[in-house]
Amino acid sequence: MRFARKSTVGAAIPTASMADISFLLLVFFMVSTVFVRYRGIPVTLPQAEAVEELEMRRHVTSIWVSNQGIINIDDAQVTLDQVGPLIHAKLTANPRLVVSLKADADAEFGRLSDVMQELRRVEALRVNFATLREKEDASQ
Amino acid sequence: MADIAFLLIIFFLVTTTMSQDKGLSLQLPPVGEAKKVKQKNVCNVWINDADEIAFYEQKQFTPVAFEQLAVEVRRRLTENEKLIVSLKAERGAKYSRFIDVLDELKLAGATRISIAEPEGGD
Repeated sequence: MRFARKSTVGAAIPTASMADISFLLLVFFMVSTVFVRYRGIPVTLPQAEAVEELEMRRHVTSIWVSNQGIINIDDAQVTLDQVGPLIHAKLTANPRLVVSLKADADAEFGRLSDVMQELRRVEALRVNFATLREKEDASQ
Repeated sequence: MADIAFLLIIFFLVTTTMSQDKGLSLQLPPVGEAKKVKQKNVCNVWINDADEIAFYEQKQFTPVAFEQLAVEVRRRLTENEKLIVSLKAERGAKYSRFIDVLDELKLAGATRISIAEPEGGD
């Protein structure tokens, strides 16, 4: 009695397109990467439901305001009078600038209002109050 | 070649931060361009130092609970679709309260929101 011969069909994973796939992924990540430039100061952002996402990160500049009222732009602590000129310079370089106000939930509104008046003075009118998305259970 | 490509892929994978900036967007009014608006088209919402909310209409305050705010604003918006909601907070109010109220106004469908300069010194 004869047994069937061993199958000669080889099993191989085609790797010819591997380089193409890896380069595709490489290009995707290169294009989508935006390096974190500034760390800011640690703040507890408030929560909100009607949250919109800012689209172009390169048009966004952030102003951090801590609960002590400390203002921080580009990792440098600034006084209130310096906010206007700094943002004005940024706005001249990029007219599509959106200012993201990253303020602590416990901050005083008066301080934020002062910052907003400075922004209005230099005509940086598009602002975004940075918030976290409210959790489902927190809203109930 | 493939090794180098994979190395670069891993590098970009690790450094990519997908988290986007998000929050409540608002257009501030320019300085010195005080538009005259009919008083009946304005709805004033006040937040005081103690984080209490009130409507200011016909020169009198009507306190409103936070839970009722969206309902009240929505009712006023259906009565008058040109309504501008003017949000005025005192300097001592908490920022989180201001965001909560702004959030409620946006949820209520108010598109014309203005932020008035606060009264009361430090």
